[in-house]
Amino acid sequence: MAKVMMKGNEAMALAALKAGCKAFFGYPITPQSELPEYLAKHMPKYGGVFLQAESEVAAINMVYGASGAGVRVMTSSSSPGIALKQEGISYMAGAELPAVIINVMRGGPGLGGIQPSQADYKQITRGGGNGDYYVIAYAPEDLQETVNVIKEAFDVADLYSNPVMIAVDGLIGQMMEPVDVDMEVSKRELPEKTWATTGTQGKRPPVNINSLYLDPLNLEKHALKLAEKYRLIKENEQRYELVNMDGAELVIVAFGTMARIVRSAIELLSEEGIKVGLLRPITIWPFPEKAFNEIPDSVKGILSCELSTGQMIDDVKIANNGRLPVGFFGRTGGMLPEPEEIVSAVKAMLGGLKHE
Amino acid sequence: MINEKIICAGFGGQGVMLMGQLLAYAANEHNLNTLWYPSYGPETRGGTANCSVTISEMKVNSPVISQADTVFVMNLPSLAKFEGKVKPSGRILINSSLVDKKTERTDINAYYIPANEIALKLGNPRVANMVMIGAYLGLTKLFEKETIIKLLKKSFGEEKAHLIPINDAALQAGIDYIEENYPQ
Amino acid sequence: MSKIVFQRTKGLTEKEFSYCPGCTHGIIHRLVAEVLEELNILDKAIGISPVGCAVMNYEFFNCDMQQAAHGRAPAVATGIKRVRPDNIVFTYQGDGDLASIGTAEIVHAAHRSENITVIFINNAVYGMTGGQMAPTTLVGQKTTTSPFGRDARLCGEPIRMSELLATIPGATYVERVSVHDPANVRKAKRAVKKAFEIQMKGLGFAFVEFISTCPVNWGKTPQEALNWAKEHMINYYPLGVFREPKEDAQ
Repeated sequence: MAKVMMKGNEAMALAALKAGCKAFFGYPITPQSELPEYLAKHMPKYGGVFLQAESEVAAINMVYGASGAGVRVMTSSSSPGIALKQEGISYMAGAELPAVIINVMRGGPGLGGIQPSQADYKQITRGGGNGDYYVIAYAPEDLQETVNVIKEAFDVADLYSNPVMIAVDGLIGQMMEPVDVDMEVSKRELPEKTWATTGTQGKRPPVNINSLYLDPLNLEKHALKLAEKYRLIKENEQRYELVNMDGAELVIVAFGTMARIVRSAIELLSEEGIKVGLLRPITIWPFPEKAFNEIPDSVKGILSCELSTGQMIDDVKIANNGRLPVGFFGRTGGMLPEPEEIVSAVKAMLGGLKHE
Repeated sequence: MINEKIICAGFGGQGVMLMGQLLAYAANEHNLNTLWYPSYGPETRGGTANCSVTISEMKVNSPVISQADTVFVMNLPSLAKFEGKVKPSGRILINSSLVDKKTERTDINAYYIPANEIALKLGNPRVANMVMIGAYLGLTKLFEKETIIKLLKKSFGEEKAHLIPINDAALQAGIDYIEENYPQ
Repeated sequence: MSKIVFQRTKGLTEKEFSYCPGCTHGIIHRLVAEVLEELNILDKAIGISPVGCAVMNYEFFNCDMQQAAHGRAPAVATGIKRVRPDNIVFTYQGDGDLASIGTAEIVHAAHRSENITVIFINNAVYGMTGGQMAPTTLVGQKTTTSPFGRDARLCGEPIRMSELLATIPGATYVERVSVHDPANVRKAKRAVKKAFEIQMKGLGFAFVEFISTCPVNWGKTPQEALNWAKEHMINYYPLGVFREPKEDAQ
């Protein structure tokens, strides 16, 4: 099918509809508001439910209810709103409920700003709410990839019975690119939702959606069961792209919009005869640790490039495990670097390495 | 090889976003890669507005444009803000109806188009943006005027179909202005 | 020959209640359960457990249940009812849950006239956390966080949820009942039944507030607690219908 021009927020909404999302609960916040606006208009045609909640807190708890009732459900927000949703996300992880949560990130902390940011990395990848849990998080770089991972995310959420977050920045939400929303994506074989509260209909014993385990021994068992699930996810769901690795002197780790800016920087560097590779996490949780085994011996250092003051760099260091020097370049607060700034950072790091 | 990086800047209400979108839509019509990115914020009418468009035969990487091939300047504040973004020997298209200054850059090609006056003569100052797009088509021959008209028809729908002739005339006036004043 | 005159309702499981002796949660659970059975809606009921003393009532109600975060039960119920309009959805919430941390959720559920049934338990105290002051604690009432008695100048007057919700156009049915004596228990059951019938008819938001007791945290025997509810609670929280569907109004 021919690609059509769509705004990121609208393309994400349409992708959810194509994935069979039957309910959306959200609350307006810049820079993601076109997403609920699109669904308000189009959800009825797809036979689904759209509801603007009184707050992000209410929205995520509506998602909890609808998901517990066995329906494919989504919410979206931006950084401060996602912070408010953490309570519900923790409950959903505890109760093992699937849902897709879109986070169109903006600068923080606090009310911060409304321009693109990746400063929620730790909030997303460390759980964000209380307790021993993780959400699976995709961080696509362009609209086609965003649409594709959203469609897959509903399957992945159902497969693992766990919330899945789509972490994009404000730029991806606001930009327009050609996109084919009907592109085929891999489908998972999904278990039946026998746990869903649909009413017993007199056919089975009652079911209960719950994250409460007052007996610590039972809560430990539950936490260990979740931990085993997260181990499986780490094993099976790491996703990444390696670019220009052959003979690279330096590898940049970057995701989302930053990865695209890095791609331009890599082209500029190669015009000057400097070979730099890109390790691009597509999942930020699980972090693609496996990719680090594929970094060739020619590489002398790793540069973590982020739209924050340095958050993913901790994961880079863990995955690197002391093998190579790790440097950092970032812009934050909603500032986007020009490719030339990354070129300078690469040269500075390579220069430093030569003097060591 | 086509690899055009464009910035459109002016104030809200001048149709600056639409200028960029039309170029991006036209690129998609021709199966070129493209990316349109707006400045966004609390301002709508009267505030400053700008958008970036990349049109390329290659995959579009950085959405951030540091060196633009073309900058559209629709009002005075945009001149100071964006003339530095034009790459050497790039082009700047200035709406001379609202910008009474010349660019200080001597290493770029400047085109002064009295877009509002032309639009007003046609009967509606709001088509000044289409005069500028026409001028761009005249300079670059990147797309046919008909492609833009087709996209406008799609975007306007039945309800605003009566506005097509004046937009068509504005595009043509922009093309003609370049032909007469900046013959290549 | 003997004949059965009373038996456990099918609406309750055989699990023993976890409530303290003399607490009226047990009576209210039974009323809700009996109504679910009598209206023949048990097999399509989905209940929402709150945070508070009733947090584990998913073990007591013999129907599908979801346990919600503190105060969020009306939002969870909204999520369920919107995607499963043919099911019967109810929340069961205490006064800390509904009248304090969950005011936004209950007000907006009423405002949207969500077609759900809300059972609200007002015992003027936080029970599960150990007897702290609730928004419903009476002026002068001593609790662990109002050790000198609730001071209205510092903490405001107690919040009357039924009266508050009755100002909202979307609140179809609002009634306050009590279970301090058998006559009121019977009256209360009629209110619960009506609240579920309103949902079955699709008429919108139905809310029943129960004046309940907390003998342990009030420092009273069960009988003293019932008397205190009658003499002090009902004095400030008058019983009655605050809103009802037009066709039912007298």
